[in-house]
Amino acid sequence: MADVVLDGVGKVYPDGTRAVDTLDLSVTDGEFLVLVGPSGCGKTTALRMVAGLEDISEGTVRIGDRVVNRVPSRDRDVAMVFQSYALYPHLNVRDNIGFGLRLRKMPKAEIDQRVLEAARTLGLEEHLHRKPRQLSGGQRQRVAMGRAIVRRPQAFLMDEPLSNLDAKLRVQMRAQIARLTRDLGVTTLYVTHDQVEAMTLGDRVAVMRKGVLQQVAPPQELYDRPVNLFVAGFIGSPAMNLFSGSLESRAEPNDPKDAADGPLSVRIGSQRLHLPPELLAARPALRYYVDREVIVGIRPEDLYDLADEEAPFARDRDPEGAVLTAETDLVESMGSEVHVHVRLDAPPAVTADVQELAADVGNEDQVPDPRTASTEVVARFGPRTRVREGDTARLRVATDRMHFFDPETGLSVRMRENS
Amino acid sequence: MSATVTAPTEPTDGPEVSDGGIKRGLASRIVARTGGGLVSVGLVLVALFWLMPTFGLLVSSLRDPKEMDGSGWWKVFSSPGQLTWDNYDSLLSNDDMMRAFFNTIWITVPSTVLVILIGSFAAYAFAWLEFPGRDWLFLVVVGLLVVPVQVALIPIAKLYGDTHLFGTITGVVLFHVAFGLPFAVFLLRNYFAGIPRDLLEAARMDGGTDLTIFFRVVLPLGLPAIASLAIFQFLWVWNDMLVALIYADTDSAPLTVALQSQSRAFGSNIEVLAPGAFLSLIVPLMVFFAFQRYFVQGVMAGAVK
Repeated sequence: MADVVLDGVGKVYPDGTRAVDTLDLSVTDGEFLVLVGPSGCGKTTALRMVAGLEDISEGTVRIGDRVVNRVPSRDRDVAMVFQSYALYPHLNVRDNIGFGLRLRKMPKAEIDQRVLEAARTLGLEEHLHRKPRQLSGGQRQRVAMGRAIVRRPQAFLMDEPLSNLDAKLRVQMRAQIARLTRDLGVTTLYVTHDQVEAMTLGDRVAVMRKGVLQQVAPPQELYDRPVNLFVAGFIGSPAMNLFSGSLESRAEPNDPKDAADGPLSVRIGSQRLHLPPELLAARPALRYYVDREVIVGIRPEDLYDLADEEAPFARDRDPEGAVLTAETDLVESMGSEVHVHVRLDAPPAVTADVQELAADVGNEDQVPDPRTASTEVVARFGPRTRVREGDTARLRVATDRMHFFDPETGLSVRMRENS
Repeated sequence: MSATVTAPTEPTDGPEVSDGGIKRGLASRIVARTGGGLVSVGLVLVALFWLMPTFGLLVSSLRDPKEMDGSGWWKVFSSPGQLTWDNYDSLLSNDDMMRAFFNTIWITVPSTVLVILIGSFAAYAFAWLEFPGRDWLFLVVVGLLVVPVQVALIPIAKLYGDTHLFGTITGVVLFHVAFGLPFAVFLLRNYFAGIPRDLLEAARMDGGTDLTIFFRVVLPLGLPAIASLAIFQFLWVWNDMLVALIYADTDSAPLTVALQSQSRAFGSNIEVLAPGAFLSLIVPLMVFFAFQRYFVQGVMAGAVK
């Protein structure tokens, strides 16, 4: 086992397309790192460069203590699981799993023993004599995994290994992969476009966009402290609500406490939310945005139904500057929770990131028009909410967990350097 | 190589309201009820009609030569007693014919094996290796498909004269290999290119070199294409007379040339011609049936989703 380090790695195709741009990434020994991003963001290209299936245009890739830029795939001692599984159709499961060992001229007895071991781990013992076409999708996926683990490589590379499975099986296999890689303790680089997979599997998650790395962090940090609009919008489902607002000082006109250290509020359409002191402490750079536009982000679960007795904050009935009122547009019950879509009278945030995120889910036509003065906002309520379509909902906002982004750069407004 | 006849699908149920609808509905229903059977009967009839000359040849080759001059082969049905193995006995003891038969084998087998071997190597390179000018080179190879054999007869004859290949089996084989390769490369390259890239990359990750990938992945998966190529090439070379007539001498002449030299102006030695022709016919048939089992659909099934 070894660490995998990408140092300034770039990929430029002959036609000048830059698929990956100076990517610095380090997967430590035994770590599970997930590369996530919308389709075409360069994540698969990056993985293929580590695998040796794609030439490296710039930078170096190191596996263990070896720079492998010029090392052919077969000598890199990494195993890859393909999205399509890529099982050899003319070989049975036993030979598929043992193929790599046979090419390496391992003694037959040892091959048999290792294949059996891998098959046992993956519950494939009864299928060893079958051909791939006789297997179900989940079984094929496990054979593909078996082919990787039987080699005991320095690192696993996985290219969207679950995307061909149906939803239920995907959840099962996800758990199996998590257990397997944890038990084996093998360094793993895992590519997916599914942010749920990324969040659940990764020790750390690296978000890529258009060939550029946006943020690498443990899943929770990525969720709680996204560095920019793109990461904020990409991670989380339903996605973070983003709309434009402006910061105002709440100090009296001749109060000596002013924008520099006085209380602030954010104007969202015709309504206002007060920024609690702990938020300002965590995001001191917000003060530079007083009287300027910012993009406000609120996660759906940070909006509570004020009418719901069981909701947190329920006793704090009507705190000043922490409630938004909006018309309910649609109520979707998920059983364990209810997604309430409301229409907020604030202009939507339309930036390149937002547009790209919409395009990624096939919604490019539905990018909101910035000239309209209302934004659809999704709130995740408890199952006991009584909000119905057409009602005017009162949303309690967990104001200390609001996110703010610069409308020009899309960067999260946090420290002073940001301004 | 084998045609499957699927019965026409049942007409969809539903109200037949439009003008032509009733007619078409009725017609297609009749076809659906009876069409499968009728088509099968028709096909069997055509096939029988097609087999008639071959059958006649077989019967003739088994008849007593004395009877042949006087009556048609169908007379055998009224007097089966005239059937005999004598013609085959004398064919097998005819040194000239037997030498020609083995010459045919010595020409056909290497011509087929070499074409498959070289063609599949080249096809792999054209399909999966990166090298400058690859696609142009492939276009040139495809272009060679249109060069007729006749164009090359004289230049090659001169070349063979200089290199002492004239009148040798090697010379004939080389000619067949050269003219078989463009089609072989074309056919195999297109088939190999259809193998999912992931499979080859998986083999590469598993530790395969180009050679091991070729032998362990591409060749087994390419078997259907290789089998059909083998049959084509075998038939062409086995049945060839033009090339053999020009480049082979009496010692190296194959069966086709030998048979032709037997057919004299008055066609009197049918007792040699008929069994000889049947012999030259039965071998390709055997080859066809031997390779037929490789024509399986869905070799690639289960490889990639």
